Amino acid sequence: MLTIFLSRLLRMVIVMLGISVITFLIFFATPGSDPAARIAGRNAAPETIAAVRHDFGLDRPLYVQYGLMMDRLFITRDLTSFANRGQKIVPTIMSAAPATLSLVAGAAILWMALGATTGIIAAAFRNRLPDKILMGASMMAVAMPVFWVGEMINLVTQSRLHDTWAFSWVPPLGYVPLTSDPAGWFFALVFPWICLALMYIGLYGRMLRTGIIETYQEDYIRTARSKGLSARRVLLKHATRTAIIPIVIMFGMDFGVLVGGAAVLTEVVFGINGVGRLTYQALKALDLPMIMATVLYASFFVVVANAIVDVLCVMIDPRMRQK
Amino acid sequence: MTSVSTDKLPPSPIGEGVSAPDGPWKRLLAGLLSSPTAVLSGIGLILILIAVLLAPLYANHVAHTDPFRSGLSAKIEVEGKTVPVMQRSTEGLGLGVTPIGPTWSGEYMLGADTQGRDVMARMLYGGRSSLLIAAASTVLTLALAAIIGVAAGYTGGLVDGVLSNLIDMMWAFPVYLLAISLSIVMIGKTFVLGPIELSSSSLIIPITIIGLVYVPYVARPVRGRVMTIKNSEFVLAARGLGVRRHRILMRHILPNVLSTLIVFAPMLTALNIVTESALSFLSVGVQAPNASWGTILQDGQSLLYSRPTVALAPGIAIMVTVLLLNLFGDVLRDVLDPKSARGR
Repeated sequence: MLTIFLSRLLRMVIVMLGISVITFLIFFATPGSDPAARIAGRNAAPETIAAVRHDFGLDRPLYVQYGLMMDRLFITRDLTSFANRGQKIVPTIMSAAPATLSLVAGAAILWMALGATTGIIAAAFRNRLPDKILMGASMMAVAMPVFWVGEMINLVTQSRLHDTWAFSWVPPLGYVPLTSDPAGWFFALVFPWICLALMYIGLYGRMLRTGIIETYQEDYIRTARSKGLSARRVLLKHATRTAIIPIVIMFGMDFGVLVGGAAVLTEVVFGINGVGRLTYQALKALDLPMIMATVLYASFFVVVANAIVDVLCVMIDPRMRQK
Repeated sequence: MTSVSTDKLPPSPIGEGVSAPDGPWKRLLAGLLSSPTAVLSGIGLILILIAVLLAPLYANHVAHTDPFRSGLSAKIEVEGKTVPVMQRSTEGLGLGVTPIGPTWSGEYMLGADTQGRDVMARMLYGGRSSLLIAAASTVLTLALAAIIGVAAGYTGGLVDGVLSNLIDMMWAFPVYLLAISLSIVMIGKTFVLGPIELSSSSLIIPITIIGLVYVPYVARPVRGRVMTIKNSEFVLAARGLGVRRHRILMRHILPNVLSTLIVFAPMLTALNIVTESALSFLSVGVQAPNASWGTILQDGQSLLYSRPTVALAPGIAIMVTVLLLNLFGDVLRDVLDPKSARGR
């Protein structure tokens, strides 16, 4: 067990190293684009570009540039934005993280609960009306762009029906920190949670349904039924337990990706000042170091989430220990 | 190559009482035609395609407008009265203008955007860009994933080690953030790479970006498929007979990989439509003067509370197209991969 854990840790570090190199190369060595000119912003004077080039060490060899950048990101943590002068990048990202975490964690609880319910009910009523309705709704949920759903939610709750009894409690767009006002935090996040969770409910529901139906072909299910266990017990205790493993793996990936900033669209539509919106604003200001830092932060989150999921799977499923 | 006579082979195992048409393509077509879902969604997709291809006809003969030029001072006739397209606001201080809402007739059927342009005409032109980008980037993804997946799976050893690890690393990047990173280095000024010069409004930029980001997601299953086929009995038999490597690759491996790629095509196209709209919404996708469903959605955001049709229309267009593609893709997968349909 310990060796599995340690080898996974080592692999995680190697992957992170590789990711940092790839990210660095995308931003600073893409052929045909001059990073100094990008950092300096639109219509910058040649002197400014030269100053940027010297400041970021872009006149040195590539591996020195890489070393300098990693040093300023992870060791001294004093990388500053050029577009927003004086703004330190690492602390800015850290202060945006709680908003993103609040959004994603709440949505995750919602989508895991409703996704599992959808999948189990659909599998139990396979090819009958409840199954067809649920799968049709899931397909719709997967087909809608998340930011469009957000816009439509805003249209109804903030404008068209805001003055009616149904939605008058919806606070204006934005994020309220949990520590300052727990109730305000909750109410402000209700619709962002629903918006973000919708697609995943559809996705996970469909996946779980397929998984359960496939496990029903296995011999141990037949054995369980012939032992005289009730259909309900076999569905919930035997089939679902096996079918949920790929869902757990996918959940780890999705959660990591979203906390890392893939919730950018939801954050932008609902005005939540998280990591994703930070990336969006950096994008508008062409703040290259900030974007690079958020992308790195995001991918590290995914790598850590994957490693945790792998270790969890080994703990849940003894079959994986053999490898 | 001697031809093998088929009459000595046992009957086809595809189904009892069903005479299987000869050839995999005919079988595929027959499978699709026997499913009402596939036929209806296919017809729907063809209708959408025809509609967007007729965009110039609509703009010239029905809407009488150039959807790429702003029409801030344009006037149109509605129910016998001449009204300006950009209407003076009646609320608040009466400052500012609001574009005209849906007229539900030929001109400005879905209203105008902030530039006074006909939204319906832009929807059709935008649909062209959206569908073109989605289809082209799907082809790019499938081609690259096939090359990488086959190279890694068939060669094995060091090549496989390097490529698989690279795929794993790319997998860790959130797709949208990777796309944002790529677009910010490619969009902005003219992108110059040797003899290639791309202006920032070129559709090739979003096609390349969207095509690249999904490669790992297809390359990994392709690699797995190649490894399975490589060790299957019929390939081992061919090798035992002394068939050369590249012949095994062309005759045995590639045709079998092709079905995996075909299954991915509609789902990937659907995913690409959504990705394009998301990138355009974040202003790193399709650039002006081009339109796409994503850019119209972005135009609609500032008009959301006053003229919701501008945001509503492209969202519905995306949803319907993606839904049809996914429905079609589901049937396609079941026809090509009977194992996945087993439990149904």
